[in-house]
Amino acid sequence: MNTRQATMLVAAREIRVKLRDRTFLISTLIFLLIAAGATILPGLLSGGPASVAVGGDTGQAAAVLTEAGLDVRVVADDAAAEQAVRAGEVDAAVITGPTVLALDTAPTEVVGALSAAPPVVLLDPDAVDPFLAFAVPFVFAFVFFITSQTFGLQIAQSITEEKQTRIVEILAAAVPIRALLAGKVLAGCLLALGQIVLIALVTLAGLQFSGNTDVLTLVGPAIGWFVPFFLLGFLLLAAMWAVAGAVVSRQEDIAASSTPVQLALMLPFFAVVFFNDNVTVLRALSYLPFSSPMAMPLRAFTGDMALWEALLSLVLLAVTAVAFVAAGARIYQGSLLRTGGRVALATAWRSRETTG
Amino acid sequence: MTSVLRLDGVDRSFGDRQVLRDVTFDVHGGRMTGFVGGNGAGKTTTMRIILGVLAPDRGEVSWQGAPLTRDGRHRFGYLPEERGLYPKMTAREQVTYLGRLHGLDAATARRNTDELLARVGLDARGDDLLETLSLGNQQRAQVAAALVHEPEVLVLDEPFSGLDPTAVDTLVSVLRERAAAGVPVLFSSHQLDVVERLCDDLVIIADGAIRAAGSREELRAAYGQPRYTLVVDSDAGWLRDQPGVTLVDLDGPRAVFDLDADADDQQVLRAALARGPVRAFHPVTPTIAEIFREVTQ
Repeated sequence: MNTRQATMLVAAREIRVKLRDRTFLISTLIFLLIAAGATILPGLLSGGPASVAVGGDTGQAAAVLTEAGLDVRVVADDAAAEQAVRAGEVDAAVITGPTVLALDTAPTEVVGALSAAPPVVLLDPDAVDPFLAFAVPFVFAFVFFITSQTFGLQIAQSITEEKQTRIVEILAAAVPIRALLAGKVLAGCLLALGQIVLIALVTLAGLQFSGNTDVLTLVGPAIGWFVPFFLLGFLLLAAMWAVAGAVVSRQEDIAASSTPVQLALMLPFFAVVFFNDNVTVLRALSYLPFSSPMAMPLRAFTGDMALWEALLSLVLLAVTAVAFVAAGARIYQGSLLRTGGRVALATAWRSRETTG
Repeated sequence: MTSVLRLDGVDRSFGDRQVLRDVTFDVHGGRMTGFVGGNGAGKTTTMRIILGVLAPDRGEVSWQGAPLTRDGRHRFGYLPEERGLYPKMTAREQVTYLGRLHGLDAATARRNTDELLARVGLDARGDDLLETLSLGNQQRAQVAAALVHEPEVLVLDEPFSGLDPTAVDTLVSVLRERAAAGVPVLFSSHQLDVVERLCDDLVIIADGAIRAAGSREELRAAYGQPRYTLVVDSDAGWLRDQPGVTLVDLDGPRAVFDLDADADDQQVLRAALARGPVRAFHPVTPTIAEIFREVTQ
């Protein structure tokens, strides 16, 4: 059995166990419901075109409003129209004058349909829908944050479980230790990607259902960049999670030992969320390995990114990830068989315990 | 090709503390080798080094005449002292998984698992999560996990601790079977009566150094003083003055004594007969416990 086969077996076990974990299944289901709800519900709740009562002597108004796609109801006179507005039967009314009646806000749709607007030419139009411009930075940062947290913690817990139950001694005798680590990280990557793809599919189906098909063309390039950044960023953090799990011997101690990786995830997350419209800061964040998986796809989305920038940032991230994985694997090997208390990083680093 | 697992000059320290000193012994194919020593004598460290879980500072472990590599160890079966399997997997699932990690294909791993679980009496509970099993049953699952890949060498650290008498008998018969098939079996135990019952060869370790190693008969000859029991009708205290005799135990007419190498047992018997009837006179085979005590003192 070579390392690759062992890695596959280890990863397969991790995935099998996770797919039976009720907490994991329920949380995935909740994510999917949120994604479906967020895309489908706004369309259902907005309730169709505005309704307008038309009364008295209003000339062509009824015809014009109908032409504009509004729900027009012709009533007997101005009094009946006003009554309909007060009763809440319609959103607005047009009475003799013509005058537009409404309860508390001017009905822009009705006013717009009745006025002759001068032609408008935008010299520098916003490339991006304002809602998307607001939502997308959060979505990328949030997805990276949540999945790195969930599946990173899973790696740490699985490592500690093997130490705590001492099965690690049998495993270490059977397969190269690096295969154990690689299998866990691989399983974490696949599960995280699987969950993201599932959520993305549900979101796209929801957008399709509510008729928002142009979103995909807008977000597409950003998603394309998000995938490699996500994978490398996850690898970087996974190495830190593995160390957090390997240096302790009890599940309860992971919370303390994982503080560094929690910070390495949380600080960049808040930085990207807060400075998402600060070009200079965002540019810096898009090169820093811990924040680039969240910041660079965002720049790809707003169109403020050159190809070479993304590639350079990816290379920086890849080099950092490889260095962290190498260091993490060494500390993992050095602390795996040390139980009782917390293993100092330096001790773990120096000991080359296993002959595998 | 010789089926010998050999440790040669193995040293190991943890920090400033040297726990193994020039550990050298052989474990022969087809024989059950008992590995005995007090707490902290170095048994577990030695076994971990054999399995490659720990690296020796110096010295070498070889199997069939060649230094051990990871591939060679792949066919070893190991029962660690600190037991543990995955709590959230069934016994069947994890024994199969460990079989696959040791290189079995899926079908063989499943077949061996089924056979072993039936053999250790865990068939009915094989599909329950491990954490729901009693400690004794978890121990049986652990034994199955050590044997699933038909190991070429068995290294078992305290295999009998925590087992009920039925399970001990089952394990003993499984181990005898493997030894009869030519597999070297090295097992450690605190229970010297079990070692007495089982082992063909014996390795005694104390303070990280091997004090004695060899077949039971060799060790008996080397370390057991020629010892005799004598039962007469009256008080046997006169033995004290008999040349070449060292009294070990005297209880009225019953005495246990050691004889110097050059003394003649028949002379002692004649002296006893001269004083009255002799009810019993026979050599005492030293137990492993006695050999152990003598070697480690």
